[in-house]
Amino acid sequence: MQYRLEKRPEPSRLMLYLSPVAAVVLTAVVGAVIFSLIGYDGVGAVREIFLTPILNPLKWQDLGVKAAPLILIGVGLAIGYKANVWNIGAEGQYVIGGLAGTGVALATRDFSGPWILPLMVLAGILGGMAWASIPALLKTRLRVSEILTSLMLTYVAIQVLNYLVLGPWKDPMGFGFPQTVMFTSSQSLPRVIPGTIVHLGVPLAFLIALIAWLVMSRSLFGFQIRVVGAAPQAARYGGFSANRTIWLALLVSGGLAGLAGIFEAAGPFGRMVPQFPTNYGFTAIIVAFLGRLNPLGVIFAGLAMAVAVVGGDVAQTTIRLPNAAVGIFQAMMLFFLLASDILVRYRLRRVVPQTAGSAA
Amino acid sequence: MDANLPHRLELSGITKQFPGVLANDRVSFAVRPGEIHALLGENGAGKSTLVKMIYGVMQPDAGEIAWNGQAVTIANPKQARRLGIGMVFQHFSLFEALTVFENIALGMDTSTGSRDLEARIREVMATYDLKLDPHRVVSTLSVGERQRIEIVRALLLNPKLLIMDEPTSVLTPQEVEALFETLRQLASEGCSILYISHKLHEIKALCDTATILRAGRVVATCDPKQETSRSMAEKMIGAGLKDIAKAENRSFGEPRLVVERLSTRAEDEFGVAVDAVSCSVRSGEIFGIAGVAGNGQNALLDALSGEVLGTDANAIILDGKPVGLTDVNGRRKLGLCAVPEERHGHAAVADFTLADNVVLTARDRLKMASGGLIDAGAARTYTGKVISTFDVKATGTQAIAGSLSGGNLQKFIMGREILQRPCVLVVSQPTWGVDAGAAAAIHQAIVDLAAEGSAIVLISQDLDELLTLCDTIAVMNEGRLSRALDVGEASVEEIGLLMGGVHGTSEETHIQPGGGVAVPA
Repeated sequence: MQYRLEKRPEPSRLMLYLSPVAAVVLTAVVGAVIFSLIGYDGVGAVREIFLTPILNPLKWQDLGVKAAPLILIGVGLAIGYKANVWNIGAEGQYVIGGLAGTGVALATRDFSGPWILPLMVLAGILGGMAWASIPALLKTRLRVSEILTSLMLTYVAIQVLNYLVLGPWKDPMGFGFPQTVMFTSSQSLPRVIPGTIVHLGVPLAFLIALIAWLVMSRSLFGFQIRVVGAAPQAARYGGFSANRTIWLALLVSGGLAGLAGIFEAAGPFGRMVPQFPTNYGFTAIIVAFLGRLNPLGVIFAGLAMAVAVVGGDVAQTTIRLPNAAVGIFQAMMLFFLLASDILVRYRLRRVVPQTAGSAA
Repeated sequence: MDANLPHRLELSGITKQFPGVLANDRVSFAVRPGEIHALLGENGAGKSTLVKMIYGVMQPDAGEIAWNGQAVTIANPKQARRLGIGMVFQHFSLFEALTVFENIALGMDTSTGSRDLEARIREVMATYDLKLDPHRVVSTLSVGERQRIEIVRALLLNPKLLIMDEPTSVLTPQEVEALFETLRQLASEGCSILYISHKLHEIKALCDTATILRAGRVVATCDPKQETSRSMAEKMIGAGLKDIAKAENRSFGEPRLVVERLSTRAEDEFGVAVDAVSCSVRSGEIFGIAGVAGNGQNALLDALSGEVLGTDANAIILDGKPVGLTDVNGRRKLGLCAVPEERHGHAAVADFTLADNVVLTARDRLKMASGGLIDAGAARTYTGKVISTFDVKATGTQAIAGSLSGGNLQKFIMGREILQRPCVLVVSQPTWGVDAGAAAAIHQAIVDLAAEGSAIVLISQDLDELLTLCDTIAVMNEGRLSRALDVGEASVEEIGLLMGGVHGTSEETHIQPGGGVAVPA
């Protein structure tokens, strides 16, 4: 008996929604096996990573706070990826966005008022856009792959961060620690649920994802992104410029990454520190794909990935799972998602070799 | 042709099922030694699937293939070649950067010393009058010459059956005649030929027997010399053939599209540039552009539609307005619509719904996008109108474009542009790969649009189509456009000479009238 992959007459909608679920399940199973084999409590690791954050109400606020940047960045990346613009450097745009907002905060220390925070947010968005415009320029002018340039610029951004917090922006009263001064209350995101750490950025992230969904499905901009991604030649025939689309896609994904950056800086961090880059920009790549490049899907994927992030923290303390374990789980999730995606367009069929009239 | 000899090839009850479609349904026919046997059918009738099974590329689900009276299983093309079955595919598999000789040597199943091989190649070329220099690099050859490589490659194996898949679609009329001479000579030596085509007059001129396929089944076997083209066409499509209603002695109005020394650069190193093309198309006129594939027709369409811009605004004048530097959207708003040759991924997005495909080109002229938002209701209404007016077989406005058959998708695309009432319509290969019923509907729609006063540019490789529809015809070769000929005056020979006569650069003119090739000795 033999199995063969066979092209479906049309893509299966069921599999489209089922394959992310399958990816999560396969990740849990294979993760449990791997961690058992290397001497940890594998089943415990899966339970702590995937179940504890959901079952323990005290962890729900963490989920929201971790999901917010993942959703924001994931939505931006999903829009770009739809247009076949492969921005891999959201982490760098996130860092520069955070730095630009921090710059505004440091310059406005002697002031107070409700205008400061919006200015910081604006600076964050523009910072992310500016960083993403470098790959856009190189791609449209010189045909340089945005995959490489955006990724490499991430490391440049981190060095810029290190330079600023170790040098010009270092808090003089900070006992030599490489960090800026704390933001004032006019420079910090207000909490929206009293008694929790849920800041204003969390509901805004969900709102922005909803708006992005509307824009992608109803507007000419969304149409343009979809056509350019699905059939570049048809896009040109339809009057959509490829270069313009590359610019738009990178500016949107860079801007949203920058926004996530300033939300983190003005929210959970409250200042700029060298530990600011926490791989949200890379994890959001997985979130974008797990969410099927659909902003609504990205909301669910962002929450699912937040579970793994929060659960990873839990597992580190309760069963001493190394920090890298979370990375392994995330990577497996993307791997299994891409692998199970083949079932959207293909199906497995049993073939009886070499006899007339194959089994239906 | 001795009736007592066993059939060279006999198929009985061949059936092949693909997901969702029965490609071949109990197909049976036989080919005698030395017979030129036509396999005739519309696109999608199952011809290609059938010959792929004969050549061992695919296996039948049911049925039997007999070779010289013996039942055989042809597991792969290599085995087919060992039996003596040669095939010349419609799309060649040649390395552009290698020479003729290297390409042939790479395709051999058994290794032969290069001197022996070259001697045999020269012998085959001399025997069948196939003029070709073995040491020329393939990228410098015309399509007709490339086809000769494939034929030589097949003949080196001394085939007993040669399968030719749509061999003339890329040839000039003179090259077609030369090919037929070769095939007749082969047949007279006892080699059977299975000739796949949908060009009826060629089959009448060449073939001894024709097996007609429709929707995967054999519907008739006939002697093409006893049939008319029309009777075979009607068997092929299974219905009466409609005539194109075109008014006699039509008069033309003012020029609506004037092109004056239009040039664009080639988009890549293998592309052909549009080189100082000039023409003028009047209101009500259908202006045909003939030419062998790959001579810049696609580049011309892109230049006219605005996908690729030239450098001179006055190179294209649309209803008196210079639009040479206006982009696609601007030209469309002014009334210039275009339909490129490739349906999937160029004229339509295969993964999108029909309604979304309407938004692709009709959004501005029909006001489907106001304030940056798409008016989905307007798009659906217009899509429904296209579907009903052009009799598109689809499940509805939300059907995925890629799920439509070629003919239906082409009718949809043509309808989408024609119902926008363009003042100039540029179409390339509107009936390529389209069934005869759809082709007739598309032809009628083009004629009707012209009758309403639009100017039409029709780019096609199908001379019959051009001569039926067009009022004026010009020939494209190496990116240049010949002078325009009135269709009443132009002869097929003259057009054929223009199509192939000036191939190559001035110092290396290869194809001469009659299809011979001058090679430096």
